[in-house]
Amino acid sequence: MSADLSATEEGTAHSEAAGPLAAVRRIAVVPAFNEERNIGRLLGELKALDPDLEVVVVSDGSVDRTAEVAAEAGAHVVSLPFNLGIGGAVQTGFRFAWEGGYQLAVRLDGDGQHDPTQLRAVVAPVVGGEADLVIGSRFLSDGGYRSSAARRFGIRVLARVVSWIAHERLTDTTSGFQALNRKAIALFAADLPRDYPEVEGLVMAIRHKLRVREVPVTMREREHGSSSIGTLAAFYYMIKVLLAVFVDLFRRDVVPLDD
Amino acid sequence: MTPLRISIVATIVSIVLLLVVFELIRSRRLRERYALLWLATGLVLVALSAWRGGLNTIARWLGVRSYPPAVLFAVGLLFVILVLLHYSTVISRLADQNTILAQRLALLESRVAERD
Repeated sequence: MSADLSATEEGTAHSEAAGPLAAVRRIAVVPAFNEERNIGRLLGELKALDPDLEVVVVSDGSVDRTAEVAAEAGAHVVSLPFNLGIGGAVQTGFRFAWEGGYQLAVRLDGDGQHDPTQLRAVVAPVVGGEADLVIGSRFLSDGGYRSSAARRFGIRVLARVVSWIAHERLTDTTSGFQALNRKAIALFAADLPRDYPEVEGLVMAIRHKLRVREVPVTMREREHGSSSIGTLAAFYYMIKVLLAVFVDLFRRDVVPLDD
Repeated sequence: MTPLRISIVATIVSIVLLLVVFELIRSRRLRERYALLWLATGLVLVALSAWRGGLNTIARWLGVRSYPPAVLFAVGLLFVILVLLHYSTVISRLADQNTILAQRLALLESRVAERD
């Protein structure tokens, strides 16, 4: 796949704010915890796909060579002194993007399950000015890796609840394959829930009236190592996320809501 | 039997505890991760206080014949011990992380100083 991401522009050039993607300062935010075996390939694929896309790898207290491998591949590397968990790691990346003045950020996970060749589809609505936050959803497309039945069930239930809160149909609220414009970067840089940043962050974005859009993607099964959520923990995970989302509905906002 | 007055007072106190915990989470002074145990404590205490038949039955199972509310105290104490234990683990982790931060900062400072 050698096509430049800016090819997206032909299809979505109707927006006045967009401009060609080539002129958009863009960055990929890649949280990684002990991913020395997966990160190199991901960074190589990203570079082949879009040479102008900068990458910041946030090594979340990794004890392997994740940071070295990422630096050798030419990425910006932020090494956290200890493991903050996915929310803290991702937010570090968004703060890097905010302070660096990037107009567009894409989040991809360091385990390689997010396929860079699908990047174009995920960024298109942001580049076209149609959405502030885009989620790559596994459930709008056929095929690809879909994880175990227990996890799928949990993901379905969460999607129902969040859709109900959002008054908008959302199918994959736990997806970490996301594209953000400057407005969304600003929000998540200032305030991103620590424990379940995908689901809680989505609810927060909706509360702040960000335009959220889902696009279909297929995901890959991770190549090396194990996922952070086991099958047995799926149900417990769902309960905890539902509780967190419920509490979030009542919680004071760090970034004021404008209405 | 559990005296009615004890049930009423215990129920009110447990509900107040739940409300305080919830308000602390809402105002972001307590992360929900650390509040789960407190919420569980509050819910169990509300249940045992308000459901008088249940408290009497549990007391009978446990062989507490003279004064069923003693079970309420025992359960409350158990949860307090759990919360304290949980906090000990949290404080231990914070202490470790604090050490790492201090070391990183000192190493950075020495590198910056040597560059000047």
